Amino acid sequence: MQTVAKLIDTSLCIGCKACEVACQEWNDQEFTLGTFGGTYQTMPQLEHNFWNLIKFNEFETDGQMSWLMMKYQCMHCQDAGCMKACPSPGAIVRLPNGTVDFNHDNCIGCGYCITGCPFDVPRLSPETKKVYKCTLCSDRTAVGLEPACIKTCPTNCLTFGTRTDLLRKAEDRAHELQADGLQHAGVYNPAGVGGTNVIYVLKDASAPESYGLPRDPTIPWTVSLWKGPVKVLGSMVFLGGILGTFFHYIRYGPKKEEEHADED
Amino acid sequence: MTTDLSRRGFLAGGGTAAVTTFGFNLEAATAVAKELKIARTTQTHSVCPYCAVGCSVVIHTLGDKARNVKPAVVHIEGDPESPINRGTLCSKGASLKEFVNSDLRLTRPKYRAPGAADWKEISWEEAFEKMARRMKETRDAGFEEKDSQGRTVNRLANLAMIGGCTDTNEVNYLLGKFRFGLGVLGYENQARL
Repeated sequence: MQTVAKLIDTSLCIGCKACEVACQEWNDQEFTLGTFGGTYQTMPQLEHNFWNLIKFNEFETDGQMSWLMMKYQCMHCQDAGCMKACPSPGAIVRLPNGTVDFNHDNCIGCGYCITGCPFDVPRLSPETKKVYKCTLCSDRTAVGLEPACIKTCPTNCLTFGTRTDLLRKAEDRAHELQADGLQHAGVYNPAGVGGTNVIYVLKDASAPESYGLPRDPTIPWTVSLWKGPVKVLGSMVFLGGILGTFFHYIRYGPKKEEEHADED
Repeated sequence: MTTDLSRRGFLAGGGTAAVTTFGFNLEAATAVAKELKIARTTQTHSVCPYCAVGCSVVIHTLGDKARNVKPAVVHIEGDPESPINRGTLCSKGASLKEFVNSDLRLTRPKYRAPGAADWKEISWEEAFEKMARRMKETRDAGFEEKDSQGRTVNRLANLAMIGGCTDTNEVNYLLGKFRFGLGVLGYENQARL
């Protein structure tokens, strides 16, 4: 099965927040009022029951304020930090279409995925003590429907399709924007996490930070160390213990408990 | 020191644990698929009631129309067959499910008598009766057959009509007929962005 992806053309986003509402409606999330941060943004950050946030990044050029709209949600990384950090087998799974999905029956609520995520996306629910994030509407994509946010977008800023198609489309659009005078327009598909299944076309790809995106996201070294060398080492120690016990048994035989009883 | 776990049992247990740790990848077996919540719904096509654009929507209702079941609207999304919105909706349109299921939604006519402080729920019969009576009285009082220079005008300036953005062509045609029949001049529409 081909990997599916989401393309976000930030140059077409008008900040209408239809995707936010569609996400809440489809996933039957109850809206809890957050704090007002003095901008047009719905709330300052993602929440365990709010998986898709349009960031209204205010940006000043030549004394003129403009917005850099950024749809902020799970990036569905090809090399997912959350998945790498998760200690509970089957809690974070990669579906055949490349989507990173959470299976809450297996989630133990340890929150390691929050540490492992380079984009700071997963959120722990205080009620259920489990972690939630965008599922790329895995229930919709499984039957060939587009995710709810993509369907609702009135400006065609969001597109759903196979990753290969969308990468090509993103490059084309970036060239189009460059030809229109936005010299720094480009595609955001960071290599540090093996590329993402949520691809951005940025008006200014030379400064992804101004959109609130990390320039070169990587999985934290602690997670890589712990799930890499330390895990192998630990497994070797574990295996060594079993082998040691086995060879001890072969060499010295079973423990003679009768003799101890006599000594006491 | 005594333990219930025998040496043999411990070795067997350790062996199993080692095989699970080193031998198998359980990833594929744990991939999950959730059920689509609109898989068994009835689809009804309608028009978004908010602005003048008039986007079409599909209302997904759950319930098999059995006598003892009250169907519930579980989801509303854009109608891809509409040439106006082609499946898309804005943030207001996308929230229509809340609008339909809201406790605050008016489903019965209400009447506040002159001088009264509170609204009283009345039947549709009563509402139509009251409206017809008032329209008749207003028209009788203000209908002009001829203007000051004696020209036939057949106009009614003390009554106005307001239309809605979700009205279809057919409804608007009938509203027009009704308006011209009464001689109403004032004509407006609530359709605003």
